[in-house]
Amino acid sequence: MKLLLSKNFIAWYFIMPALAIHLLVVATPSILSLALCLTDWNGFGKINYIGFENFYELFDDRVFKKAVKHNIIWTIIFLTVPISIALTCAYLLTGIKKFQLIYRLLFFFPYMLASIISCQIWKYMFHPLHGIGAWLSSKGLDWISASPFTLKETSLYAVAMVDGWHFWGFLVVVYITGMYQVDNSLYEAADIEGATKFQKFRFITLPMIRPIFIFTLMIIIIWSIPTFDYIYILTQGGPAYSSEVLATHLYSQAFDRFNVGYSSAIGTLMFVYVIIIVSIFGILQKLGWDI
Amino acid sequence: MIVAKYRKSELISNYTILTFFALFAFLPILLLIMNSIKPQEEFGINALGFPSDIRWLNFYDAWILGNYARIFLNSLILVAGTLIICLFCSGLAAFSLARLKPKGSSIFLIYLLVGISIPAQMFILPLFLMWKELNLMNTHLGLIIIYSGLNAPFATFLIRSYMVQLPEELFDAAKIDGANTLQLFIKIAIPISWPVFLTTGLVVGLAVWNEFLFALTFMQDEASKPIATILFAFQSRFENNWGLVSASAVMMAAPVAIMFMFFQKKFIAGLTSGASKG
Repeated sequence: MKLLLSKNFIAWYFIMPALAIHLLVVATPSILSLALCLTDWNGFGKINYIGFENFYELFDDRVFKKAVKHNIIWTIIFLTVPISIALTCAYLLTGIKKFQLIYRLLFFFPYMLASIISCQIWKYMFHPLHGIGAWLSSKGLDWISASPFTLKETSLYAVAMVDGWHFWGFLVVVYITGMYQVDNSLYEAADIEGATKFQKFRFITLPMIRPIFIFTLMIIIIWSIPTFDYIYILTQGGPAYSSEVLATHLYSQAFDRFNVGYSSAIGTLMFVYVIIIVSIFGILQKLGWDI
Repeated sequence: MIVAKYRKSELISNYTILTFFALFAFLPILLLIMNSIKPQEEFGINALGFPSDIRWLNFYDAWILGNYARIFLNSLILVAGTLIICLFCSGLAAFSLARLKPKGSSIFLIYLLVGISIPAQMFILPLFLMWKELNLMNTHLGLIIIYSGLNAPFATFLIRSYMVQLPEELFDAAKIDGANTLQLFIKIAIPISWPVFLTTGLVVGLAVWNEFLFALTFMQDEASKPIATILFAFQSRFENNWGLVSASAVMMAAPVAIMFMFFQKKFIAGLTSGASKG
């Protein structure tokens, strides 16, 4: 009794509710998933242990390979386009005084919108009868005559554009916070040396915001793998799997076909990937990289 | 901080670039707002312009056809329920981690860090099966528990980072008066830490209001669905009635925009809190 009321135990009682709810919602089903990925269960009937059969099957699965490829493309797009636009805008913003706050709020606002709303906006923007395509063709330019969401060649990029539109303002705000922490005397010294604006950006701003910059790289690499909402809402992975990613493939395997074992195998691979990325960044940090 | 003194010509090009991107960010939203008050006949002839005839009735029609009195209540129940459970549990845990620092609590911190990075797809199907067994499918409580669990690590980290900075003297006087640990939490920690509870509440509330994947999976009963998934169904049901669909989207975004106007600093600080700590 005394032990149960000791200071240490009381402190743990405070942690219990949060721990219990997280164990129930995240940890328990995750462990179940780790176990189920070694079975051929379909949600009903007997559960048979089949070893790594699901994984062998995955590596033969044409759609799975496409999905992996699309996730890689997705990651590369997000590591380049939104980051370079956001760095440019954040750097330009630190140089102006008038309207700075307004620009920041305008950039950031799309990040607050629900995925379903962003998708609806852009579905209309690219609608063949109403959107920019129709407007261009009324001017004699037939650049976007069909919605890019419905074309095999462009569906993935069009969806990435919508998600990027929603996301990049977040990066601007993150970078500008970092840029305001840079010591002004560094810029003054550079001014005396006669450095150009680009040199100042390259040799002062970028190195000084490196921890934040690396952090944004890491979250983009991690977030690009479970990306789901925009693709599911806009294209459902189609047409002809041209925008299928791991998360949508897993979702249809899980909830349309009820291949519990198979979809658990995909989920497990995604989890392993995230753990590897987080460990790489952790190890680099331990090795003394300033990240 | 002023990075550089710009010449006038440079300032003009800076403003031009920034304005271009500001328009890219905001024009699509403006178009949505215009469409929400556009009569259906105008979508054929005046698809991208300002409506010549403003039709506020779009909102009324969408509200009635979508049964939104019920649907918005569902979303509100989910947000309120999650805020109560998640903030209470996370506040308790954060207080313990920041002030009581029990033996072994660093393991719990590492557990939360791993927990925050597990992709939802890893556990959504087993969770679905568990919720079926527990009869929590299609219930608000079931979804509230899920949202509370999903957001607990973030909320705990954010509240903890605030409570760590509180000076010990604040608690000393109450301890001398014989307050027990729970009283320290309720009477001292919570009242002083209200700013962080507000920030956390705004971020978690926004996440729940906008959430799609779990709402799609765990709430299949039409009458209990939140606005995010109703809008998804609405879009295919009234595919070409852009006025109705846009009015619905504006109604879903309006509370977010209003809250953002009042609490922009808190929203931005909360949503970028992971990054600024590096």
